[in-house]
Amino acid sequence: MFRPRPDAPGATIAVEVEGQTVMVPQGASAAAAVLLAGLAAIRETAISGSGRAPYCMMGVCFDCLAEIDGVPNRQSCMVPARTGMRIRRRRGARAIDPNNAPDDSPSFPIPEPRSGGA
Amino acid sequence: MRQFDAIVIGGGLVGAAIGYGLARAGLATAMIDEGDLAFRASRGNFGLVWVQSKGLGAPHYQRWTRLSAEEWPDLAKELGERTGIAVGLEQPGGLQLCLGEEELQKRQGMMEQMRREAGNFGFEYRMLDRRELAEILPGLGRAVAGASWTPYDGHANSLNLLHALHKAFVEKGGAYLPNRTVTEAKAAPHDFRLELGGETIAAPKIVLAAGLGNAKLAPLFGLSAPVWPQRGQILVTERTSRIWPLPLGSLRQTQEGTIMLGSSEEDVGFDTSQKPEIMRNIARRAVLSFPWIAELQIVRAWAALRVMPPDGLPIYDESEEFPGAFTANCHSGVTLAGAHANAFAPMVAAGALDPTMAPFSAKRFDVPAAA
Repeated sequence: MFRPRPDAPGATIAVEVEGQTVMVPQGASAAAAVLLAGLAAIRETAISGSGRAPYCMMGVCFDCLAEIDGVPNRQSCMVPARTGMRIRRRRGARAIDPNNAPDDSPSFPIPEPRSGGA
Repeated sequence: MRQFDAIVIGGGLVGAAIGYGLARAGLATAMIDEGDLAFRASRGNFGLVWVQSKGLGAPHYQRWTRLSAEEWPDLAKELGERTGIAVGLEQPGGLQLCLGEEELQKRQGMMEQMRREAGNFGFEYRMLDRRELAEILPGLGRAVAGASWTPYDGHANSLNLLHALHKAFVEKGGAYLPNRTVTEAKAAPHDFRLELGGETIAAPKIVLAAGLGNAKLAPLFGLSAPVWPQRGQILVTERTSRIWPLPLGSLRQTQEGTIMLGSSEEDVGFDTSQKPEIMRNIARRAVLSFPWIAELQIVRAWAALRVMPPDGLPIYDESEEFPGAFTANCHSGVTLAGAHANAFAPMVAAGALDPTMAPFSAKRFDVPAAA
């Protein structure tokens, strides 16, 4: 469905999108790699599980959220593609288990709370 | 010229709640809204229906807020039935977390003062220590010393609320007039005319609910609304599984799983830009409260301007010079939506504010400071 513009520089960067190797030009975003891979969706929404693919390509619509190099829910249109990058489908809401989270309480000082109370 | 029974200037949460209440009471009502250049606090708020911290030293504000929280379920149900929009109200009570012993002691003192000031009206609260908290809040940070709890607090989807109020207003026959600016206003008792860039509308009643715009509008109607813009910033995480059973003041998880992080107060004029130092402090307090939050992606962040009266308490007033003119000003358009639709609007429809509203008059700012 998508192809690089004729004036785009050569596709020199190899990224992996859901197990598929995709070549993209220098400066392309991870979302561009998703589109070039021809996937119908790169995430399933947190509530209804419906499929979503990159749409606005400018950081506004949040439909391109994907797992990139193990980090879930990154805005792939805002992340430049790098050689060896692994882009995976994001399925539903982020699962976290606070009960089993490492208790590495941060050591920075406590910032002032919002003052007042009216 | 179009003639109405009432005009509401402002289509945010305050104006829309009052406008809906007036239309529902059978008044032919026009609601004037600005364009996208307006500051629109109603599109940037946190979504709390928050009671426990409201009205320290001003018990009338605590009572008004409690009345609103009590009206909220009816309003939410009614809006859902009329518009099909679920405003996502949950009122399971709320916890305000305290980081460190000093905050906890201060909070306890404040809550006890609230209880004393409430008198016979009552104010139910409880302080929880960190052991009790850890049982209901998994992954609690070591910095959390405790929390205050009241049964009155809750939260809602404030964008859906705004949408539902607008939809219900129009369905009740209200005339929504967006992208309008008042270019000229003529006031006489029970006779108000507005020029909206070429079109004229008139009504015997008018309600100023234009947020920060009220400061300039009020004097045209013999009223005073010296509100100033207080900036607040918000960070928003990716959606996660539902973790907290109740809202936590400056932290809350939406029904969809998003975690919202607040809150801050800055006096920087009409500036809605974000400041890294403030964002860092918000993030740090959140991570000190729950270290696992550091693992979550921040997907959005924004700043918005609260509509802040000089003493932080709402201003509700009616004009003595031009009877029929009213004003409503507050920084809690979500929390007070129940009171605005179900208590304030009926007063306007009846023609006068209830005497119990007198402490909210802007006349309180005219009193010379005691020597």
